[in-house]
Amino acid sequence: MAQDPQPNFLLEIGVEEIPDWMIQNALDHLQKAFENLLAENKLGGRVFWTDATPRRLALVARGVLPGQPDSVEQVMGPPKSAGEGAAKGFARKQGVGVEALQVIETGKGEYYSFEKKVAGRPAVRILAESLPGIILGIPWPKAMYWTSRGGARFIRPIRWVVALFGSEVIPFEVAGVKPGAVSQGHRRFGARDVPVSIEHYQEELEKNHVLVRVSSRRKRIVETLKRVLPEGHHIKRDLELLDTLAFLTEYPTSILGSFDRSYLALPAEVLVTVMRHHQKYFSVEHEDGSLAPYFIAVMNTPSDPEGFVRSGNERVLRARFNDARFFWQVDQNRKLAGRVEDLKAVTYQKQLGEQSSYWHKAQRMVKLVCELGGDADAQRAALLCKCDLTTEMVKEFTELQGVVGGLYCRAQGEPEAVAKAVYEHYKPEGMEDSIPSTAGGQIVALADKVDTLRECFRIGLVPTGSKDPFALRRAAQGVVKILAEGEVDQSLRVLLDGDETLEGFLEDRVRHYFREVRGFAYDEVNAVMAAGWSDLKDLQSRLEALSSVRPTGGFEPLAASFKRIRNILKQAGFEGGEVNEDLLESGAESALYNAIGELELTGTDYTADLEAIAALRPRVDDYFDHVLVNAPDPEVRANRLALLHGMLTRFSGIADFSEIVTS
Amino acid sequence: MLSYQQLLFNLKQYWSGRGCIIQEPYDLEVGAGTMCPETFLRVLGPKPYRVAYVQPSRRPADGRYGENPNRLYKHQQLQVILKPSPDDIIEQYLGSLEAIGIDLRKHDIKFEEDNWESPTLGAWGVGWQVMLDGLEITQFTYFQQCGGIDLDLAPAELTYGLERIAAFLQGKESIYEVEWTPGFTYGDVRLADEQHFSVYNFELADIATLWQLFELNEREAQRLIDGYGKLTGKERYPVLAVYDHVLKCSHLFNLLDSRGAISVTERVAVIARVRKLAVGTAKIWVDQNQLLDARCEAKEAA
Repeated sequence: MAQDPQPNFLLEIGVEEIPDWMIQNALDHLQKAFENLLAENKLGGRVFWTDATPRRLALVARGVLPGQPDSVEQVMGPPKSAGEGAAKGFARKQGVGVEALQVIETGKGEYYSFEKKVAGRPAVRILAESLPGIILGIPWPKAMYWTSRGGARFIRPIRWVVALFGSEVIPFEVAGVKPGAVSQGHRRFGARDVPVSIEHYQEELEKNHVLVRVSSRRKRIVETLKRVLPEGHHIKRDLELLDTLAFLTEYPTSILGSFDRSYLALPAEVLVTVMRHHQKYFSVEHEDGSLAPYFIAVMNTPSDPEGFVRSGNERVLRARFNDARFFWQVDQNRKLAGRVEDLKAVTYQKQLGEQSSYWHKAQRMVKLVCELGGDADAQRAALLCKCDLTTEMVKEFTELQGVVGGLYCRAQGEPEAVAKAVYEHYKPEGMEDSIPSTAGGQIVALADKVDTLRECFRIGLVPTGSKDPFALRRAAQGVVKILAEGEVDQSLRVLLDGDETLEGFLEDRVRHYFREVRGFAYDEVNAVMAAGWSDLKDLQSRLEALSSVRPTGGFEPLAASFKRIRNILKQAGFEGGEVNEDLLESGAESALYNAIGELELTGTDYTADLEAIAALRPRVDDYFDHVLVNAPDPEVRANRLALLHGMLTRFSGIADFSEIVTS
Repeated sequence: MLSYQQLLFNLKQYWSGRGCIIQEPYDLEVGAGTMCPETFLRVLGPKPYRVAYVQPSRRPADGRYGENPNRLYKHQQLQVILKPSPDDIIEQYLGSLEAIGIDLRKHDIKFEEDNWESPTLGAWGVGWQVMLDGLEITQFTYFQQCGGIDLDLAPAELTYGLERIAAFLQGKESIYEVEWTPGFTYGDVRLADEQHFSVYNFELADIATLWQLFELNEREAQRLIDGYGKLTGKERYPVLAVYDHVLKCSHLFNLLDSRGAISVTERVAVIARVRKLAVGTAKIWVDQNQLLDARCEAKEAA
């Protein structure tokens, strides 16, 4: 096996701290753009790796050719009929004698031509020309300029660039910066100037307290975390936070902090939110999953020898917890039930005009919950669930909407069913999130989302492309998930109030849910949805049945026959009719007719029904082998079409089999 | 241990050493150092500028009657404007922390994305909140637009939260316990201020009067702005006086807000009224400066 060629290209873009969440996309784009550059210029080679810290984007490539291979270009000259003089002129223009020309035959006659040898250009030249464009072409969600108006735009100012081809610095300029072979170390634990080479790039930076690879930083966070975690405790697993911290640091180290046990009297949800969202700490749990009075912070330095970082973080957390405790106490002065009228002053959707407040929304939700068969608890939950918007706690920790309402209901003596429904009414917040755990909660969550969709669509706030400012896709997805997985027995379409645009929107979400979230094959989803998609539980049963019966031998060929039948009916423009038994031919035709007649479909056990239908396959095959549908006698022909049409209609309650893609 | 005032001295000294004009606070109520003419107007146009000043910033709704140890109605910011921003701006900033005794090899500094936007000023920029051991101590912004105008030189703005930094340095749990200078705490100096204004802002300010004042100032500013276009001696136009009325409007809006007199729906509309004035003022400032520059050049050429 040939050995991989050595890495021989390094690009490092030195930037002021890039927002952590943007880094991965930028790297993906950089890699693609660089691969295109290599391919378009025939420079061979490939990207070895890309990686980043908050202050640098790096790309290493291997096997990049020193230059493009030489190539030959056929330059067409005048037609041969134009004569010697024209040929001489052409040759002179190419810088050669007439004897170097050839005459070639083309579709339009004989032409002079010249095989021009084009020398490949050196890689360094090509890279020098292309890299500024590649660097500045990285798309950012919110770019800035810093040199002056109209100057280069990037996510943050570019402060240095390393661009090496072998040991040679590639000469160019981007945003006023010229590349060199000198990088920068950690802001306080590394040298300002760090000479690097392609071979020793990572090592040189590591000596200067920069771990270029995010995997190394993740590893270091986890290792140092395990070292400080008290025995018998574990952290709340949180890969997203781990990534955030790995992209916020160049040399991360986990430290342990603690807080006073008295704060544990506050709800764990509040404490965790403060630690996770406001301070980017991992929270620590006992073995039984209850919260322990510790946290893990990740700092961007190798150690905390004097404990300053630990005590500083503890102090900040204490102040935050004190705030939370204060908000909790102040909020208890007025019960949620006493805040319903306050919602009139909280705008839900300005463009709804007179109906624009959360009070109006709550009223609509109560009505919807009634229509959906929600009990008194569910109705009360609908009335109270938005009241936490007026509390100090939610004003400070907006991400705890709903959760705070639920906690307050519990503290204020509302029935547990009400508290639980309020607590969970924003669920599911994404496709991975679970739906509310109680039937009442599901109804309230459903009412919330359905109301949002109806009202927004009513005034034309329909999401387009990637623009979805009111998160209507998420709301719709939640509706689908609750109806499919929950206990609410409700037709989806009835909920949509006959709004056709909204129906189309939800139909897409249903399709998305069963394909992407549940992983069903797209053609099965299409087939089943073509037979109706309003009752999602029924849809799911049909889909499961179809998916289980499909691999059995008879099914796909039968589906192919159904497609054929559909086409025959379509070509004939046949719209239905009764079968006249007297006109049936004995043999394959009556056999099929009888088989269909004898078939007993349960209408509920879809698997059994599909198996029964699949068992028809030999009869159908036989039919097509022996019977000419397009019979010369128009009456017979119509009768045959009626037979096929009847069969198709009878079986299309489960799925439209012609949607199945057969090999 | 640095006293509060020593902290201010050191930071001013530091930025003075880096070529900044050390200004005194602006003598009107503002919600943030950004609103002072030294920032809002000076960042416009092509002329370099470097200035630092401590600005008491009033946010009526943040008042807590002096009872919350971390929240203030009026806090003090050190505002630094570097126009254009030097290449080593972050190093300079870190140097300023070392100048107030923070050994950055023993503390954790992180720059976390935090973009700044002021709808009332038609201004925005991108940058970070600077976190020191988990505490936000500075807002760092590269200005991109001000008064709706793209800036010629994207200036850097550093806003230090002085009370927080002092409490951090002195290891105090409450801002009011910070030592202002030996013998006097921050509470000794400022507690009454917090108490009185919380009572006024939340309870006693007369809403009708505030609206009237708002409208009077708005009208005066708009009258002057409308007059600029037809004016013959534009060089003499008192744009700074116009801007004072805009600042008054902005502060009155904040007062009305803390009084609960502005509904969520109204809010957007009132903000738009103030922005209209701020944008109008910024345009005039830029136009007038171009006229003055052109005249200077003509004189030099002559």
